[in-house]
Amino acid sequence: MTVLDAPDVHQRPATGSLVEQFEFGLDAPICLTWELTYACNLACAHCLSSSGRRDPRELTTAQCERVIDELQRMQVFYVNVGGGEPTIRPDFWHLLEYAVDHQVGVKFSTNGVRISPERARYLASTDYVDVQVSLDGATADVNDYVRGPGSYDTALTALENLAEAGFADAKLSVVVTRHNVAQLDEFKELADRYGATLRLTRLRPSGRGVDVWDELHLLPEQQRVLYDWLMAHGDNVLTGDSFFHLAAFGESLPGLNLCGAGRVVCLIDPVGDVYACPFAIHDSFLAGNVLDDGGFQRVWQHSPLFQQLREPQTGGACASCSFYDTCRGGCMAAKFFTGLPLDGPDPECVQGHGETALAHERTVPAPSQDHSRRTPERRQPVLVQIGRRPEPAEPPVTACAQSPLAGFTPDRDGA
Amino acid sequence: MTAASTAMLGQAWRLSPSVALRPEPFGALAYHFGNRRLTFLKRPEMVEVVRSLGDHRDVRSALNAAGVPEAQWPAYVTALQGLADADLIRPRETTEAAA
Repeated sequence: MTVLDAPDVHQRPATGSLVEQFEFGLDAPICLTWELTYACNLACAHCLSSSGRRDPRELTTAQCERVIDELQRMQVFYVNVGGGEPTIRPDFWHLLEYAVDHQVGVKFSTNGVRISPERARYLASTDYVDVQVSLDGATADVNDYVRGPGSYDTALTALENLAEAGFADAKLSVVVTRHNVAQLDEFKELADRYGATLRLTRLRPSGRGVDVWDELHLLPEQQRVLYDWLMAHGDNVLTGDSFFHLAAFGESLPGLNLCGAGRVVCLIDPVGDVYACPFAIHDSFLAGNVLDDGGFQRVWQHSPLFQQLREPQTGGACASCSFYDTCRGGCMAAKFFTGLPLDGPDPECVQGHGETALAHERTVPAPSQDHSRRTPERRQPVLVQIGRRPEPAEPPVTACAQSPLAGFTPDRDGA
Repeated sequence: MTAASTAMLGQAWRLSPSVALRPEPFGALAYHFGNRRLTFLKRPEMVEVVRSLGDHRDVRSALNAAGVPEAQWPAYVTALQGLADADLIRPRETTEAAA
């Protein structure tokens, strides 16, 4: 692709809807995700950053402080901090305070492992800090199947501690899967029980997610269930603008309904690499590093990759679809990691174009990195189901390869 | 204009102390650190009005100074009332009002 001749400043219309303006990019991101570490006490089957082991190149405390200083200068008003499990970084609580003291609000995602009653009381005493506890099943069996044994109890204990400490409006964050989509009402009840707000996001085939996507992503009829549920409850539920591909069912869901990658959002990973979006940790979407000359601001404002993402996009294979204006072709990361062209339909296109595209020849890109633990450990989920082995799609080469008695029918009459 | 709108023209207002304005090509992004609400000011003139409210005797003179044509004042006042509801701007105590 040719990006070298991309102009530094786009011819940008002075008027137009906000969404049109956002497509040309902003001077600083609205919402920045910052993963502080690849280390994690869990090993969720669908982890979008393939986390597990700490990376020895992870930013030091001082380097993280310089990034926060820069975010303050750029007036990035809040960051979504994640990981890995960010709270197991020894300097996590220090960095949290440092950010808040520098007018950078923090919302951090956690599996709850460090949210003790004492920490919960501290969090309740701060302003500008939001806590998001991850839970992918409203019951322990559904959750622990993907997040690992014990993770349900850990998350609920954290929510309990936060509620007990008087922390108002924590977020209960759920990745919607084939197994938990029937539990949406139960998730809402759980959130209500702890005075929390439910947040639903889309399962992406990013990181280890690609390994389980075929098993966990929503079936076509489940997408409709989710859409109807969001239409009925959407005003009280957060989605991180995750489901704009569902807009092609008809009415748009609340939110921007646009892919913000490199335009209004981006990701800083634990080693300081800047990617177009939190779901696109791959060399193809790497824009630069915060330690480079000019720091994060230069990467955000001038990287050739981000310049390119801010150019007007064509619908490609979707251009002739009457729903293109509502779904905008769906999620870039979902397409990329399933080996689909970026200017074609989303793999979960609700008009069915995704299934057609998936049926064509495609190559799933090899991951650029993997911080998964090399040896399985106690709390790792094991995605095994007991059942009958599926019938082979094609007959074996010879009948005998299947059974030494193939074709032999004992003569019962003669017995 | 409604009576409330007309009244606002003569009142003194200011940007809320919890709000930061971030310039953007389309106008500005206003962030309220207290209620964490993000609001988009979609016209540079609107940004100028909001930013300079505290420097002017009343809303009318802020609109004048920002070069907003009088025909557009009702629309601007409606927008300002929306910002007031979100606590982005606050009424200012003036000596006249206090007297």
